[in-house]
Amino acid sequence: MTTDTSNLLQQLIDGELPDERGFFGPFGGRFVPETLVPALERFERGAREALKDGAFKTELRQHQETWVGRPTPLMYAPRLSEAWKAQVWLKREDLAHTGAHKINNALGQALIAKRIGAQRVVAETGAGQHGVATAAACARVGLPCIVYMGAKDVERQAPNVVRMRRMGAEVRPVSTGDATLRAAVDEAIRHWVGDPQGTHYILGSAVGPHPFPWIVREFQKVIGVESRRQMLEQAWKLPDIAVACVGGGSNAIGFYHGFLGDAEVELHGAEAGGIGPAVGQHAATMSGGTPGVLHGSRSMLLQDGDGQVSDTQSVSAGLDYPAIGPEHALLAHVGRVHYHAVRDHDAIAALDELCRLEGILPAVEPAHALALARRLCEGRDDPTVLVNVCGRGDKDMPILTRLAEEGNT
Amino acid sequence: MRAHEVISQAITDGRDTHGIALVAYVTAGYPSMDAFPAILADACAHADVVEVGIPFSNPIADGGSLQETARAALKAGATMNKIMHTLRELDGTLAAPLLLMGYLNPLLAYGLDRLADDAQAAGVHGVIVPDLPLEALGMAEPLTDAGLATIGMVSPVTSDARLARIVERATGFVYAVTSVGVTGQHRSDQSSIVEYLHKVTSAATIPVCAGFGIRSKQHVDTLRESCDGVIVGSALMEAVGEGRAIGPILQGLR
Ligand SMILES: Cc1ncc(COP(=O)(O)O)c(C=O)c1O
Repeated sequence: MTTDTSNLLQQLIDGELPDERGFFGPFGGRFVPETLVPALERFERGAREALKDGAFKTELRQHQETWVGRPTPLMYAPRLSEAWKAQVWLKREDLAHTGAHKINNALGQALIAKRIGAQRVVAETGAGQHGVATAAACARVGLPCIVYMGAKDVERQAPNVVRMRRMGAEVRPVSTGDATLRAAVDEAIRHWVGDPQGTHYILGSAVGPHPFPWIVREFQKVIGVESRRQMLEQAWKLPDIAVACVGGGSNAIGFYHGFLGDAEVELHGAEAGGIGPAVGQHAATMSGGTPGVLHGSRSMLLQDGDGQVSDTQSVSAGLDYPAIGPEHALLAHVGRVHYHAVRDHDAIAALDELCRLEGILPAVEPAHALALARRLCEGRDDPTVLVNVCGRGDKDMPILTRLAEEGNT
Repeated sequence: MRAHEVISQAITDGRDTHGIALVAYVTAGYPSMDAFPAILADACAHADVVEVGIPFSNPIADGGSLQETARAALKAGATMNKIMHTLRELDGTLAAPLLLMGYLNPLLAYGLDRLADDAQAAGVHGVIVPDLPLEALGMAEPLTDAGLATIGMVSPVTSDARLARIVERATGFVYAVTSVGVTGQHRSDQSSIVEYLHKVTSAATIPVCAGFGIRSKQHVDTLRESCDGVIVGSALMEAVGEGRAIGPILQGLR
């Protein structure tokens, strides 16, 4: 490690990144049409004031405790431990209200949107979890909500579409582009460009222009902070290995932030390896990408030599995105976190294993983290491993039903 | 004359001769790489400056019609290399100076140093990068060093303080986005647009062109007294999509 990169890691641990322009070292920033700059500045100001305000923090904590159900449990998984020859601990974000970590961010941003006087909220969603979380948070604070969702995702995550509409959100299917999360982000940004003053865009992952990667991380940090405390209380030690899945990277960044300063804790991220390493067959940004600018920030990006963004493929709508949050790009750059591609079929096998051994149906997204964790335990002597089970799999019933019908387990 | 001065001069000349300068936008490679040179030549024959749009897979500031042209151009095999090659071959035959209008990522992939070198040989005098705001303009240094115009964009929601800093950094002309929204959409609140353009022209020492959603002579007439030029894109590309020539449309606008 050069001094430069170790400095960057220390700055990150000390809370000095992103810098005032929104950069995490060489990644991040704010690359957006001029029309959005005043809106981003207003949001950043509002968020900074809110996070310093004791009354806001109290209000947020009350919502977290009584509405979200925090802290979520940390659970020892005895039968999985036996199967993996390891001490396996699971952070149960699947037990958070609406069924995934996405609620942490949606709630926080909705409260800020209300504070800065937004008239309505727009959001994008892939798996539908962020859409459901945003719809719920908007219902809670009393703001109208419009959710853009790729037409392909509307189909494969159908239960969540019903949930969003029931909570009063307007779901707008997007059939342009690849009809998945990337196209939904494009449309949500276009909507926002058209009404930057009245609308707040609740971005659902640690991606996008500054201040989103920062604010999303601040609201997701609760996962890592709770996990670390719970590990010490229940396991009496920190994990040797901590694993999360990474699409845009919001659950993972919040989770890692509990352990960044604990050099003895190995941090790993599971990306969507899809059906193979060829271009267009996966969404493993860190494994297959190069630096580039998409949706307002500079990070790792799946793209061709001409800077055109590649199509992606994954069984998990929530990981099916060609970019990754800029803070992850930095964490990989400085060597603090290791990112790996996990194939669809390995994730589905891990999902089944958790169902059968522990009676928990995880979402297909964290199933990638489970598959990676199992792989990382191989050849080690009884490691203590912590996996962030960031969401539950009810939303994935259409996919699981199809796989069952195809006889594909 | 440095490249950016060529652009400013072309706008000023257009305004002096015709009452208002005309900037035409054409998507490179739309509807095909083969058809593009003739469309570009036509645009150059009837406009004072022509913006050559570099197609991008995720054009977040574009409305439906320009998104469609970008998608079709990419499908037809338009790449930055081919576009620059085509422009180089046409250099000297075109009646107007060119600007590249492109999102940051394809320009970065081509390389800004390389672009600065190649621009001259291809008749390119500057760039418009919609996702490169003031704070990130430092990245465009290889282009500004080469004297290329880096068109500054302002919008009706830009604060006065920001406006002052943007016009100070801009070269070529200032691009005043007339409506908040994506390209192609027209919103009519003429009195506030005139007021806003007045603010921009007062702040700027280089020409000011208004764009986004301008489609008819009527629109142009409402802006005639308030700025130096207008930028027309979606209306032209929709015509190309329907197989119509853009020369007569451009003629009809002034
Ligand atoms: C359950 C679940 N996990 C993970 C993700 C991926 O998001 P991120 O990478 O931001 O955590 C999603 C996104 O929709 C999700 O629903």
